[in-house]
Amino acid sequence: MPHRTFMAFIFPSILAMVLFITLPIFSVIVQSVFVEHEAVLIAVENCTPFGCSDQTTVDTEAMAELRAEKPLGQFAGLSNYLNRNHLAIGEVGEIFRTAPGFVAALGQLMNLPFYRALAFTLTYTFIVTPFAMALGFAIALAVNTLPRMARGPAIFASILPMIITPLVGSLILAWMFHPAGILGAGLQTLTGDPGLSLKTSAVLSWIVLLVYGIWTNAPFSFVVFYAGLQTVPQDTVESARIDGANRWEVTRFVIMPHLGPLATFVALVQLMDNFRVFEPVVGFSSEATATSLSWLVYNDLVSQDAQQFGSASATSVITIIGVIVLLLPVLVRTWREFNSKAV
Amino acid sequence: MTRFWKANAVSLLALAIGAGAALAECKVEGAGNVAILSNDFEALRIVNTAAAECASDTVKVSSNATTEHKNIQGPALTANPAEYTVAVVANNSIVPLLNDGLIRPLDDLVAKYGQDLQPNQLIKIDGKVMAIAFLGNGQHLFYRKDILEKAGLEVPKSYEDMVAAAKVIKEKGLMEHPLAASDKPGWDLAAEFVNRFLGTGADLFKEGSAELNIDSDQGRLVLANMREMTAYMSPDYLNFDANEISKVWDANQTAMMVQWGSLAGAAVDPAKANPDVAANTAFAGAPTIGGGTIPGAALWWDGFAIAKNISDEDAAVSFQAMVHGISPAVVAEHSAVATWLVKGFQPGPTAEGVIANATGGAKAYPMQPYMGLLHTALSTELADFIAGKEEADQALKDVAAAYGAAAKEGGFIK
Repeated sequence: MPHRTFMAFIFPSILAMVLFITLPIFSVIVQSVFVEHEAVLIAVENCTPFGCSDQTTVDTEAMAELRAEKPLGQFAGLSNYLNRNHLAIGEVGEIFRTAPGFVAALGQLMNLPFYRALAFTLTYTFIVTPFAMALGFAIALAVNTLPRMARGPAIFASILPMIITPLVGSLILAWMFHPAGILGAGLQTLTGDPGLSLKTSAVLSWIVLLVYGIWTNAPFSFVVFYAGLQTVPQDTVESARIDGANRWEVTRFVIMPHLGPLATFVALVQLMDNFRVFEPVVGFSSEATATSLSWLVYNDLVSQDAQQFGSASATSVITIIGVIVLLLPVLVRTWREFNSKAV
Repeated sequence: MTRFWKANAVSLLALAIGAGAALAECKVEGAGNVAILSNDFEALRIVNTAAAECASDTVKVSSNATTEHKNIQGPALTANPAEYTVAVVANNSIVPLLNDGLIRPLDDLVAKYGQDLQPNQLIKIDGKVMAIAFLGNGQHLFYRKDILEKAGLEVPKSYEDMVAAAKVIKEKGLMEHPLAASDKPGWDLAAEFVNRFLGTGADLFKEGSAELNIDSDQGRLVLANMREMTAYMSPDYLNFDANEISKVWDANQTAMMVQWGSLAGAAVDPAKANPDVAANTAFAGAPTIGGGTIPGAALWWDGFAIAKNISDEDAAVSFQAMVHGISPAVVAEHSAVATWLVKGFQPGPTAEGVIANATGGAKAYPMQPYMGLLHTALSTELADFIAGKEEADQALKDVAAAYGAAAKEGGFIK
């Protein structure tokens, strides 16, 4: 294809990417280095049905002037990134100076909102991604051996977790694990511990969230791998069989290498998705035991009386950097493969 | 939600008219648009429905009752023209609107159309009327007459009494989990702390500044009581928000709780509640704490404010429709639903608790511009404490640190 034609085809898509992806990211980065103007506070008399009292309030006129002058707020450099609600550089230094041991230091680190969220986010990403991929692959192999008649319904049943809205899926599971729900009550009877509850046991809630993650993510891998299985060259499979390879060996030495590039693609998408885990935290209302980076952003923007754009932007930028770091090895590999093919 | 609610409002209205029960006719001067954004509970739905009676050929009335109203109101009223002409607010949710100057002074409208309003309904900030209150609300004691009687106990006067009474009830085998509280990490948990702290008589902030004042004996006293009470709650107490403890109450599983006055009506309504429980449910003012005399629960008002970024015609029409919505005739018809602050309101038994709080000298929920930041810090940082994973000193330190960072970003402290 001539370069001109190529450009003409790709231009609308590039334009859309710049408008709807690049520019917003740029604006988030700008916002993350600003904080609100210093509030102009005045004491005034407030009268309510319960009496009058002197209270502080914001001088809106003075603030309007300040905002008109500098709409972004005060420039704050990296302070949004370094303060206690984010990277907490000062607090982390303090912890490692004073903590009696490494384990104690880790415990104190988990008391900081950002690191607590990061710990869960990383655990979720690195456990859910491989397990969901393995499960999806296994389902794909199983469905592929079914007689043609049964495949349609089997595929539909297998991708159900993906069809269900994540929030609804997690709510259903959360209700089942409620102490009055079937799984919650069952667990209490099995363990003989009437106090066992998803909300009070951090271990249990992490396990449930991870299981939920694998359940809801497996169908994506399944769909991609199942499509891939249809392209496996039957000649190679047959010749392997003639050479005496058993089912496992065919899978290991013919099918898996064939699906390798697909696996890279699935891993890429899943790592990215899982790093931004959000719905299960809200669905299970597990804020007390497990939070994620995306949940921090949500918390800054929604559950405040005043939205904290600077803080939310800083967390967003850190999340983007996190995604890039995660994807780097895969991207580098793809790039190398691409180059070697070109030569 | 909106469409669903609109359909509901219309059908309710049709019912009311059909039954010939449309009491006072709504007469609105002028033409324009009325769009109401409110929280979602029964009393507010009644007001919205009544305001919708003002709809005519020249006046359009719509309303959106949603528990998400606090997240919607800021962006919706910042737009010009604003998406809603009326915001139904409370002590806390009016603050962000005041901070950003999104609502208009109502003095001239009050003079023109506010003959039915009482002076104490006017929320005055710096001498200007910024909102019209029509409901009083607050958390207060719900108790089970039968259980306390069987245990031979008086109605508890303080949070400490509640713990002592719970101990007796549990020991006598009358109930396994006699206490409940809305301890779910989030807004509810923070409110539990603020309620008790206001009951100690101390201020949350150092005078005249945004600096915190909770790292004190009072703060520790409050946290100690919160933890002590959890020993007599269902192990699932971290799931308990206000609606959840209402269900626990209705299921006959608890005997004492500090719960919202606006839910009192539903708790004793034999049509909606478990009749055995409803018959034995009684109300009293919020308990005191640490030997003090101030009821340990914040006082709340609900009222309406008019958006700034709308035309004067819309504002006038909206004001009149809302005044009709909270008119004495409407309130007289629904007096059992809530504690109305409207002329001619006859308080029934369900208003007892809120009135006891007010007469007992309970403090109003603070309206400082940085109070929301503290509430959020409390709602996330007390989670570990109430789950029993952290001690009070560490919890207070965490709250101070989280609030400090947020207040700095908000420009309230240097």
